Amino acid sequence: MARVLINIPAAARRGEIIPIRTLIQHTMETGYRPGADGEVLPRDIIRRFTCTYDGEEVFSAEFSPAIAANPFLSFTLVTTNSGPVVLRWEGDNGFAQTETREITVA
Amino acid sequence: MKVARRALIGLLSAPALAQGAAQIVVIGGGFGGASCARALRRHGLAVTLVEPNATYTACPFSNAVIAGLRPMERQRFGYGALRAQGIVVVHQAATGIDTTGRRVTLSGGSVLSYDRLVLSPGIALRFDALPGYDEAAASVMPHAWQAGAQTELLRSQLEAMEDGGTVVMAIPANPYRCPPGPYERASLIAYYLKTRKPRSKLLVLDAKDAFSKQRLFEAAWAALYPGLLEYVPLSAGGRATGVDVAARAVITDFGNHEGAVVNVIPPQRAGAIAQIAGAADRSGWCPIDPVSFESKLVPRVHVIGDAAIAGAMPKSAFAANAQARVCADAIAVLLRGAAVPEPRLLNTCYSLVAPGYGISVAGVYRPAEGLLADIPGAGGTSPLDAPASFRAAEAGYAEDWFETITADAFG
Repeated sequence: MARVLINIPAAARRGEIIPIRTLIQHTMETGYRPGADGEVLPRDIIRRFTCTYDGEEVFSAEFSPAIAANPFLSFTLVTTNSGPVVLRWEGDNGFAQTETREITVA
Repeated sequence: MKVARRALIGLLSAPALAQGAAQIVVIGGGFGGASCARALRRHGLAVTLVEPNATYTACPFSNAVIAGLRPMERQRFGYGALRAQGIVVVHQAATGIDTTGRRVTLSGGSVLSYDRLVLSPGIALRFDALPGYDEAAASVMPHAWQAGAQTELLRSQLEAMEDGGTVVMAIPANPYRCPPGPYERASLIAYYLKTRKPRSKLLVLDAKDAFSKQRLFEAAWAALYPGLLEYVPLSAGGRATGVDVAARAVITDFGNHEGAVVNVIPPQRAGAIAQIAGAADRSGWCPIDPVSFESKLVPRVHVIGDAAIAGAMPKSAFAANAQARVCADAIAVLLRGAAVPEPRLLNTCYSLVAPGYGISVAGVYRPAEGLLADIPGAGGTSPLDAPASFRAAEAGYAEDWFETITADAFG
């Protein structure tokens, strides 16, 4: 499991625009870089990030080898109902990680 | 007019003027400017040094002052030796530079003409970079990144803090003055807390993941300050995005960190006169020719020290001193109309992680592709597995280094 930092408000008003910030610790090895032994290190990157809110996809991103290590994402969503915000990262070598946070909308 | 008359006296008292009446003006009386003025004078040139303060307060070792290990007086240096050498020292600020007419306007209204101008203005703290962190905020959450009253403010806040308080430090991304300086400061604050306020904590928030002498610092922290010093790099949410002065908190993307004492080292740029001269680019720093240190933006203006974009060379007092001497030699050669030889420059940085525990990094640099590049295989850092006697010897070398460099710069 990679270490993930997440900043999502636990509560918000209906219709409020709230910021979502997240950082995942990942080397994002490009596949172009030689290692200490001179051999090119195989590519190991996160390829896709998705965020669903109350079951619906609200944000997604395709990552490439040019994305820096420990990718940081910041985006906003408009609140509708109380429900889970699910963040998912998928990548090379079967990498997959899911984090869930509940938002209470009043 | 008073200044012009003093400049004339300086000129007449010069022993032998190899370069005729060439006038060199140096702005900034820190390690770079003072060293350069002295080196230029040794070439027999007429030199005027412009520095608003009558006393210089040195940054190297000021972290030891903050930790209560060293009196502030030992950081202060005057300009008597420069005057005795025949350098005209003017304690005014340079307020304007006409790079076409080659004139510098001083705060008193007088004007100095120059054949060559050396800018050694050091850094300006960017009070527009970190939301909430302006000059007023610095009186509550000191930066202490320009030695003097700010150093004493941080020291007094640490002294006044109750045992059990949290100290928070915020460290900027590169480039900034003294790359290992924040980590030396963290070490020495941790030493102060461990010995005087052992229930306290130090939280170090960093806007980057890698730093100078990292393995040496981290090994020392694990050995000396476990549980006391917590280091949070960029990849663990350590980047400060602002401050909340009322709450004495550093804001990050993933939460706010309140401290009883908060030390914010903000992003920086070249000192203000570099912008006025047109020598700074959009990065806020000054591109230079690595052979002569002449500005790439304005002719006959040289930039040395922290303000310059010196490639692999760090922004340090040692680097400024080395650049000052190369720049002075280059100016003497240029005035003769000759070609400037390619220089080699040296830098060594010592850091204390505790009293009697020193670590160092050294580098040798040469011009390459318009910048100063590290010469591979030259220099290096202290070994990771050295005995205590080695660390103690390096702490001693650090003291010797300070005596040597301040003697070279200030006499």
